[in-house]
Amino acid sequence: MSDLSAPVKTTIALQTRGLSKAFGSLVVARDIALNLPVGARYALIGPNGAGKTTLINLMTGMLTPNQGQIFLGGADITALPPQARVKRGLARTFQINTLFAGLNALEAVTLAVCERRGIADHFWQNIAVHKEAIEEAYEILVKLRLGDACYQPTRELPYGRQRLLEIALALATKPKVLLLDEPAAGVPQEESGDIFEVVASLSNDLTLLFIEHDMHVVFRFATHIIVLVSGSVFAEGSPAEIAADTGVQEVYLGARKHG
Amino acid sequence: MTPKSGIRFSDKVMRTQNAMSDMPVSPRAYLQSLSRWRPIEIIFWLATLLPFWLFPNYLSLASQIAVAALFALSLDLILGYAGVVSLGHAAFFGVGAYTAGLFTKFVWGEVFTGLIAAAIMAALVGYASSFIIARFRHLTLIMITLGLGLILHEVANSASWLTGGSDGLQGVSVWKVAGLFRFDLYGTTAYGYALGVLFVMFLMARRLVNSPFGLALRGIRENFVRMPAIGADSRAHIRKIYTISAAMAGIAGAVIAQTTQTVSLETLSFERSADVLVMLVFGGAGRLYGGIVGAAIFLVARDQFSGIAPQYWYFWIGILLVVVVMFLPNGILGGLSKITARWSRK
Repeated sequence: MSDLSAPVKTTIALQTRGLSKAFGSLVVARDIALNLPVGARYALIGPNGAGKTTLINLMTGMLTPNQGQIFLGGADITALPPQARVKRGLARTFQINTLFAGLNALEAVTLAVCERRGIADHFWQNIAVHKEAIEEAYEILVKLRLGDACYQPTRELPYGRQRLLEIALALATKPKVLLLDEPAAGVPQEESGDIFEVVASLSNDLTLLFIEHDMHVVFRFATHIIVLVSGSVFAEGSPAEIAADTGVQEVYLGARKHG
Repeated sequence: MTPKSGIRFSDKVMRTQNAMSDMPVSPRAYLQSLSRWRPIEIIFWLATLLPFWLFPNYLSLASQIAVAALFALSLDLILGYAGVVSLGHAAFFGVGAYTAGLFTKFVWGEVFTGLIAAAIMAALVGYASSFIIARFRHLTLIMITLGLGLILHEVANSASWLTGGSDGLQGVSVWKVAGLFRFDLYGTTAYGYALGVLFVMFLMARRLVNSPFGLALRGIRENFVRMPAIGADSRAHIRKIYTISAAMAGIAGAVIAQTTQTVSLETLSFERSADVLVMLVFGGAGRLYGGIVGAAIFLVARDQFSGIAPQYWYFWIGILLVVVVMFLPNGILGGLSKITARWSRK
């Protein structure tokens, strides 16, 4: 079903092998094998409850798999805790805003930059000493169109801008692989394109995997699509291949108007 | 790409329409401005000198307030900034008090080395327990800190050959501070000394909360789940702040031992742990001054109410506590800053 046959010589950014997870008798991930080449833009689609977020949780270490391995840039990271995976370049965002409500955007992103630079435990220095870290944080915010709102407490930001701050926080960790869990979740459809414009403008070296329900967005921004059904990879391929796949049409797209 | 939506704004605007008129332009200047000394702070610290002239008969109380304020400040670092609740913080206060007392008794009576000894001992106990503390949160954490506090209390109680048990540690005679100031009956030296230690510790705490580490602590408080996702090792941060907080609590305990020239089991008691929490809640956690203001209110109230009916004075504290948490969830200082913010916006 999936085109993983030939050993891919192009550099693989993120790889999973035989990844499985069950909660009691409920299998949420079944023998998932994926290879994400550097710079690819993957969309992860599938019906509700297919295990999409679970897969991101497994990749980032927020869940521990029962079986299988995860490799980041060829190194086995299966045993690493989430923060160590982030330090190695695997970042994520959350479907439900998981932000620092009482911090403003500048403080939050500066914190993430400080963590990456290994200066977040410097308790004897005023933060303003770290000019480069602050400027780097501000540049990220400007890139994500949050520059003018960066002194506002996060809880006072409009919802759409909070979604962008989700991405800004992840980018501050300088990821090699970025996993976006429904980056435009809850944003009105006419605005979700704006968020994906931002996503599309990210560096080409960055490997992306995003969960998204809107098929227009998926076909517009993804270079590859993975279809997940009941915890298994049901199909994988280019947008054209997925669109032509009759099985996918029946299982997933058939339920929608894109059949 | 039409700029119609709510998330599309100009990137080049660096100023915000904030109530503050002196909003700085660069992000760095903005962050720097957060740690600038405000006039009200300078007035506050100058006002702490007033008791020398206004209340010369209350200097013993004033020095108790300074000690309690330092103790509350140490709790604020873990509770107000990192969101780590403790109901057993007297453990470190007591360890510091006994260390300073024993140091004075068996080594020498010089006070500053006594403070350092107490800080080191409390930090060691704090560091050892931080490995347990950092793994738990919420109710579990409250119970663990409570349990550790009880354990230390009973250890000191049973080791009466060393601590004097329930009779307290006697024979703690300290030297003159810096060879100049004898601890007098009026408490003049005691208050000056306690206030000086409080101020130096406050400066250190102030630097800490305005540091990258202080920002990380606020991150832990604001969203514990997000921290690992930005690459932060929250447990390592918590271990570090818990150790620092323990050292500071130990210094507070050392000051009480040195100024009263005795150490009682009360320094390790549950009551002291609970009182310091109440003081911090009164004043407002997470704003450095909350513990100081709360300690002053608490101890002055105790002094006044126990004049009316000594055995029932907690009745009034109870009322005060209920009223404060109902109407001022961020404490008295939180309420005040809300009022001034509303006032300055007009």
